[in-house]
Amino acid sequence: MSEMIFREEALQEMERIRNRYPDKRAALIPVLHIAQREAGYLSSDCKEMVARLLDIPPVDVEGVARFYTMFKNRRMGRYLIQVCTTLPCALMGAEQMVDYLSHKLNVKVGGTTADERFSLVTVQCLASCGTGPAMMINGDHFENLTPEKIDNILAELP
Amino acid sequence: MQILLANLDVPGQQEIETYINGGGYRGLRKALAEFTPDQLIEEVKKSGLRGRGGAGFPTGLKWSFVPKESSKPTYLCANADEGEPGTFKDRVIIEKDPHLLIEGIIIASYALKVKQAYIYIRGEMIRGAEILHQAVNQAGEKGFLGRDILGSGWDLDVLVHPGAGAYICGEETALLESLEGKRGQPRVKPPFPALVGLYNSPTVINNVETLANLPAIVNSGAAWFAGIGTKKSTGTKLFCLSGHINRPGVVELPMGIPLRELIYEHGGGIRNGRELKAVIPGGSSTPVLKADEIDVNMDFESLAAAGTMLGSGGVIVIDGTTCMVWALANLAGFYAHESCGQCTPCREGVPWIRDILTRLEAGRGRADDLEILLDVAGNISGNTLCPLGDAAAMPVESFVTKFFDEFKGHIDGQCCPFKAQPLSRVASG
Ligand SMILES: Cc1cc2nc3c(=O)[nH]c(=O)nc-3n(C[C@H](O)[C@H](O)[C@H](O)COP(=O)(O)O)c2cc1C
Ligand code: SF4
Ligand code: FES
Repeated sequence: MSEMIFREEALQEMERIRNRYPDKRAALIPVLHIAQREAGYLSSDCKEMVARLLDIPPVDVEGVARFYTMFKNRRMGRYLIQVCTTLPCALMGAEQMVDYLSHKLNVKVGGTTADERFSLVTVQCLASCGTGPAMMINGDHFENLTPEKIDNILAELP
Repeated sequence: MQILLANLDVPGQQEIETYINGGGYRGLRKALAEFTPDQLIEEVKKSGLRGRGGAGFPTGLKWSFVPKESSKPTYLCANADEGEPGTFKDRVIIEKDPHLLIEGIIIASYALKVKQAYIYIRGEMIRGAEILHQAVNQAGEKGFLGRDILGSGWDLDVLVHPGAGAYICGEETALLESLEGKRGQPRVKPPFPALVGLYNSPTVINNVETLANLPAIVNSGAAWFAGIGTKKSTGTKLFCLSGHINRPGVVELPMGIPLRELIYEHGGGIRNGRELKAVIPGGSSTPVLKADEIDVNMDFESLAAAGTMLGSGGVIVIDGTTCMVWALANLAGFYAHESCGQCTPCREGVPWIRDILTRLEAGRGRADDLEILLDVAGNISGNTLCPLGDAAAMPVESFVTKFFDEFKGHIDGQCCPFKAQPLSRVASG
């Protein structure tokens, strides 16, 4: 019954990926990415389902889901704003961008806005150091940030 | 001298037709037609090519460690986990000239008789992964991948595999664990991956930039490549300029270029006419150089002689307005966040270092803090399973010793004299 949490196409996509590897377990990270894309975050149901699909102990799925920063084990806002605060970006004012966003959205770092539209987190180097300060919103990179640019980016989100 | 970035700005370069029109996949044809796998390994040895992922290990030599006869398949993993702070060169190749990497992977796979190669790409590079997927499909349609490549009787499949946000997965054995669907915790070496790697089979792990050099080496010859750069650091290098520099970005220059020239000519000098204070020459894990130490050449040997490393080629430029305690606290926060937690000195020591530095920066330093910092760093160095521990410790030693007065000033004055950027947070989920 918990299979129902994924659309049929998503399940097929997961199975296709599983079959690309000599060992099913190797598909765990790509499959968790799909699960998270479908469900928004990795709920216990999601993880159980993935464990069954790949035939691995649920504790192992849990361990992997908690090890990697990109996997979210709780519900996040519709837009996950991830600001890089590692040194090269910090030299270019990343901390001020975090403060600006935190103020503008009235949300603490690590928190989600009351309307669940935005979550704000700081992350480590995104390989955009030459165009810092940099951030990602869901899958997209935004670079050379300034407060004005942030205003425009947020205003254009659907 | 442009080997890797020559076609970067050609419109439509991501498309295989454009890549072929610019001479692409000629290296692969030549490799298959003119070299046996063993001859190709010899050619790469002769070129002097060394790994661009950080350690500078000779590529041909690494390949030669793979057993010639094995009952198990050999795997190749392209390391596209690019996560070393200050490094953003592999992403440029992946996003702008993906077939250069794919062709490099196919050539390496031929030399190593690999039938299954993986590109382990960091999870955040979602766009990059899509571009690589497309490139792999296009290469398959042209017969450069798949069954009986160009009539050679040899088959190769390439699979793009995403990570999920963990710097440690760039370390080659953590990468293998991650690729097997586990937490990215480095393995004990030996055995080395060339003998026991992915699924306990012989495995070669090479950086994206390393692999991207192969088409040119095959096309123009090992002797040509060896003539570029210095005697022991051959070829060009992608340097990533970041921080307080007028023209940040990726530049390709022969190995051995003077650091001063790199910063002042190619990077346009320091922003806002400020004075230079320090340079981290090879990504955040390499010891810092003071402004009066930049008359050094950017190659493996010269930087080692200067007490630092070429690393990944990430040049982080720091101007005179920057507080070095703040900068080091930031880096310590990075390593504390990224420690995989497997060994005690790294798991306990690095957060301890971060906490001391955060306190120092906040004006609450204690008399013995610097001694403790050096002591903790010293206890990490050489006592951990993987080099992340050393990478965290080395900047501590170099920052504290080279900018000792500044660190001591924070304690004596019980404040940060810079106060420009309060250290409100160094890392969070
Ligand atoms: C903590 C840590 C992180 C690393 N990250 C990367 C990385 O992101 N990309 C990379 O190519 N090599 C990285 N390396 C180096 C790899 O372990 C390995 O040496 C390299 O991929 C080998 O390829 P090469 O010989 O072509 O340089 C890292 C090493 C360590 C210790
Ligand atoms: S040194 Fe740190 S990152 Fe490396 S294995 Fe040990 S705990 Fe993990
Ligand atoms: S430090 Fe922010 S992208 Fe590298």
